[in-house]
Amino acid sequence: MEIVKSALEPLFSLIHAGSVWAFVLATIGAAVAVVLSQNVVRMAFWLIIALGSTAGLFFALDADFLGAAQLLVYVGGTLVLLVFGVMLTASGPFMQMKTSPGEGVLAGFIGFSLLGLLATSVCTVAWDPHGAVAPIAAAGYNPAEEGNTTRALGMSLLGLRPDKDLGQENARPGTGYLLPFEVASVHLLVVLVGAAYLARAKRRQAPPAL
Amino acid sequence: MTPLFAAGSIAGFLKEHDFSDAWSSGLAAIVHAFLIINFFAVAPLIYIWLERKVAGRIQDRLGPTRVGGKFGWLQTLADGVKLIQKEDLCPESADSMLFRMAPYLVFVASFGAFIALPWSDGWVAQNLDVGLFFMLAVMSLEVIGVILAGYSSGSKWSLFGGMREAAQVVSYEIPMAICALVPVVVAGTLNMVDIGRMQAGWLTNWLVLHDPFTFLAFWVYFTVATASVKRAPFDLAEAESELVAGFHTEYSGIRWSYFFMAEYGSMFAVSAIATVLFLGGWHLGVPLLEESGLYQTAGGVFIAHLIGLGVFIFKGCALVFVQMWVRWTLPRLRIDQVMTSCLKYLLPISCFLLLGIASWPLAIHCLKGRTVLFGEPLGEKVYRTSQPTIRPVQSARQPGAMHEKKIGERGEGSLSSWRS
Repeated sequence: MEIVKSALEPLFSLIHAGSVWAFVLATIGAAVAVVLSQNVVRMAFWLIIALGSTAGLFFALDADFLGAAQLLVYVGGTLVLLVFGVMLTASGPFMQMKTSPGEGVLAGFIGFSLLGLLATSVCTVAWDPHGAVAPIAAAGYNPAEEGNTTRALGMSLLGLRPDKDLGQENARPGTGYLLPFEVASVHLLVVLVGAAYLARAKRRQAPPAL
Repeated sequence: MTPLFAAGSIAGFLKEHDFSDAWSSGLAAIVHAFLIINFFAVAPLIYIWLERKVAGRIQDRLGPTRVGGKFGWLQTLADGVKLIQKEDLCPESADSMLFRMAPYLVFVASFGAFIALPWSDGWVAQNLDVGLFFMLAVMSLEVIGVILAGYSSGSKWSLFGGMREAAQVVSYEIPMAICALVPVVVAGTLNMVDIGRMQAGWLTNWLVLHDPFTFLAFWVYFTVATASVKRAPFDLAEAESELVAGFHTEYSGIRWSYFFMAEYGSMFAVSAIATVLFLGGWHLGVPLLEESGLYQTAGGVFIAHLIGLGVFIFKGCALVFVQMWVRWTLPRLRIDQVMTSCLKYLLPISCFLLLGIASWPLAIHCLKGRTVLFGEPLGEKVYRTSQPTIRPVQSARQPGAMHEKKIGERGEGSLSSWRS
């Protein structure tokens, strides 16, 4: 039994890392497939896979609120609208999209310069996992007990940061993010009402009586 | 009693036996996945049989009687064998890749919701902090599979069905989420296990009886949930009398049956959410188990949780039965009636309920000097119900390891943050 346990040990420690890598590969593969496929609805399908795998990455990294929000907003919300738009605007069934070489070069240039920007900024960040986690545990804040994300998110909306302030002398609550959040949501609501007003069917005038 | 029954979770039991973190979380994940996928596969077998029986009885028939003895128990199994044998057709005008992928998308979306579903006190595959939000988010992905199935079939009927489904589900998601928020406002948490624990004890502790707004929210939620899993009278997407079979007209064989497994799985999932949010979760409604001293021993705790599992599945199945009853009783609505009932009635009602529940504690506090109508504040209930639970397995938790939380883990530490 002990031999079997020790022999399979690396396999099971690979499961977590393996799931992360599977999501990474699925994200990259599906993103490449979005670029390479010609059919618009298939692109939308590959985008679903890419964004869904990104949500899986969030889950694997213990950011469960972010993962669920990614699923709800991007995969469940935005992509349904995208598929709607594609279906309603396509002139024929299974419309194909051809891109000219010039567009390809331009898109490639922009894409690769964005990649370069991201890569350089990732390389300049000091990735020290212990630096971020250790002080929180020392201050008596245990993410596993207190909840991973929702409670901390709700508190920081109100200006309390238990992950930073806890255990510090004279810690004063900050201003919080509630006001910007409310401003953004009211703004979105106004946009929604405006769009519904503009897009609604105009009432036809009564035909003149004969 | 063996230590297996004393452990709060499978991962906890394995850790007790000197399995490493990676081992215990990996094995626990496999066991959870095995259990859930078996429930997901077996429940539709029973539900389809039940649906045919219910339909038969309501229409003054007997329903299936021959296969597998007197009540036709094995009818669904015979249907399943037939479906597996059928040819897996793909129409010539279809987009074959999307046509083949769409059933899996629907299936995975419906199955994924079960990850965060608590079956009994602490019996949950992954005790997520955002459990309810996760379930609603994952279940909202089902519509994409249905739209893709309708679009890629290359058939007018399928496209009509898919577009109707999209219009319907996208609108009904909004009141559904708002109605689910009403008990969340009361409970103050999105964690399904915590919401369930707050409803221990007498029937009056169930959130449906907490105040008038949660009472109304339950009925609105159930109506909207029926619509969001496209059951009659809201089954516009497959309206047999007008669209042949709607979005799955072109499907046959095993792919067709995936749609149905997903449909019945989602029916149970929305019913289970209603059970946890409003109907007391795994609690009996009378504090028999708490008073009987069952929680004093490790084996007793396991038996209590097992009874809770039975109660939870019974409640979920009862709600599924109500959905079937409604299906065979009410005529199908027209698409404009479906949209009107959602956008003009259900959405304003749910917004009103959310506003009401937010102001309810304030109003009660002004009138009576307390925040709840009767009983004690919910936060104290979590504390008390988690106290008698004994905790034999005490192992260090690693943040980030994939395993569930143990029974009664929310003790002193979380309570202090609750009150603050």
